[in-house]
Amino acid sequence: MSLAQPVTLRRVTASEWIKFRTLRSTLAVLAAAIIGMLAIALIVAYNTRHLSSSLQPDDLVPSATLQGRYLAQLLIGALGVLFVTGEFSTGMIRSTFAAVPKRLPVLVAKTVVFTAVTALSMIAISLVAFLSGQVLIAHYRPGFSLSDPGVLRVVLGTGVYLTLVGLIGGAIGWIVRSTPGSLVAYFGVILVVPVLFGTVLGTWGKDVAQFLPSTAGASIASSIREPYTLGPWAGLGVLALWTAGLIWVAAVQLRRRDA
Amino acid sequence: MIEARGLTKRYGAKLAVDGLSFVVRPGLVTGFLGPNGAGKSTTMRMILGLDAPTLGSVTVNGRRFADHERPLGEIGALLEARAVHTGRSARNHLLAIGATGGVGRRRVDEVIDMVGLTDVAGRRAGAFSLGMGQRLGIASALLGDPETLILDEPVNGLDPDGIRWIRGLLRSLADEGRTVFLSSHLMSEMALTADHVIVVGQGRLLRDQSMSAFISDASADVVRVRSPQLTELAGQLDRSGATVRRTGEALEVEGLPSDRIGSIAAAAGLTLFELSTTGASLEEAYMALTADSVDYRSADAA
Repeated sequence: MSLAQPVTLRRVTASEWIKFRTLRSTLAVLAAAIIGMLAIALIVAYNTRHLSSSLQPDDLVPSATLQGRYLAQLLIGALGVLFVTGEFSTGMIRSTFAAVPKRLPVLVAKTVVFTAVTALSMIAISLVAFLSGQVLIAHYRPGFSLSDPGVLRVVLGTGVYLTLVGLIGGAIGWIVRSTPGSLVAYFGVILVVPVLFGTVLGTWGKDVAQFLPSTAGASIASSIREPYTLGPWAGLGVLALWTAGLIWVAAVQLRRRDA
Repeated sequence: MIEARGLTKRYGAKLAVDGLSFVVRPGLVTGFLGPNGAGKSTTMRMILGLDAPTLGSVTVNGRRFADHERPLGEIGALLEARAVHTGRSARNHLLAIGATGGVGRRRVDEVIDMVGLTDVAGRRAGAFSLGMGQRLGIASALLGDPETLILDEPVNGLDPDGIRWIRGLLRSLADEGRTVFLSSHLMSEMALTADHVIVVGQGRLLRDQSMSAFISDASADVVRVRSPQLTELAGQLDRSGATVRRTGEALEVEGLPSDRIGSIAAAAGLTLFELSTTGASLEEAYMALTADSVDYRSADAA
């Protein structure tokens, strides 16, 4: 009679959940993203409490107080990267693969745990940040409520956007494996490449840029539609396709490479 | 039971493992010997499926390791390089690994106790000394009560107490009918622990035989004799067909057993002060065998 039970996806997911919650570094990054979202919402709300001519139109829309996502996308992406590359940099991955030699369940379980944690926390903090900002604004001028047209889409969309870009960070971690390399690749994909295409390469660059993950995904989290961007739902679809595609690449190369 | 058939691993231009075939049997402690770079660690990684063989195959109890339903119950492994996240406590590390096979807190605390880490189980593994890290690795290997143990340099960094403990542990695991496969650079340690040896050099199999056969094959037994009548005794032994070498106050005799030497001396009325058999050590046997296949030799040894 063996002590060890068969490896199932449920058991591997339980293992990945233990791993996630027992590392101070990952919890600290998640906490920073949560605090950042709330702090920026309050700062933006405070700075825009009085209507004045110096305010731009996009300072006064529902998504204005959710600009914390520019910071949070970096932290959540780093969280996705670290959750994966931390195993490779420390050698932990050999213990993990010796326990789950089929490997793919590890990728699936990490994805499940990360998605659950990030979606729950980021959707929740988007709601809290939005509502807190509006409470502050409401002391000075009329703000927005969740029932106003398009508001719920933007608030929930911000949480979903952050979850998806975090998953892109995780997929890059599986593919690149090194922590610094993965972080550079992630920041490049999310920040640098869109700027290159959007500003340096002229009109055709802008045509391409709207299909890049962060540019496409931003439209679900924005109340104003910028020129050369997709609509919110098309944009979300494109971001989801990028995410799924990168996870698929990560899964395919996972089976073949030496650990 | 581990069976390797034509196991080969190529890294770029270098053949790390070159057509290795061997069987590691249950009920024995099998030592895996070879110089640095001989392919021992690579072979162990291929057994675990961490590295894919370029050619050939290796099975554990008849199946590829990855095809087993309960990997934790099949192989417990301690790999040379640390395989623990430095930011996690020892207990949480074991809980995470155990969870993949439904192994819970009770067994985790049990193995922590077995390896003597109870007092530090809540500390970050990154703060562990080499010896504590080895103990954690051994705890991890024992977690699923596996049929087969694969241990890469298990005594590395252990204190004498720890070394004695692991020697006894491996012995009792083998006596329970489990397969125990370990590598070590410490020949004296290996000689005490292993029943069987597999020796590799430059990725190739050099020997696969019992420890005693390996040692006795490697060099003939030499009998050392001291006598006040050394010259006369040398002449007598020489006439009996032995090869005799004089080393200071003694003779080293090859080709005659000690009983015969004693009888010859008695028949000739010669006094003996010493008559001793000096068997070759594992270390000598190993050095003689691998002399040609060492990759990285220090200058003064060359």
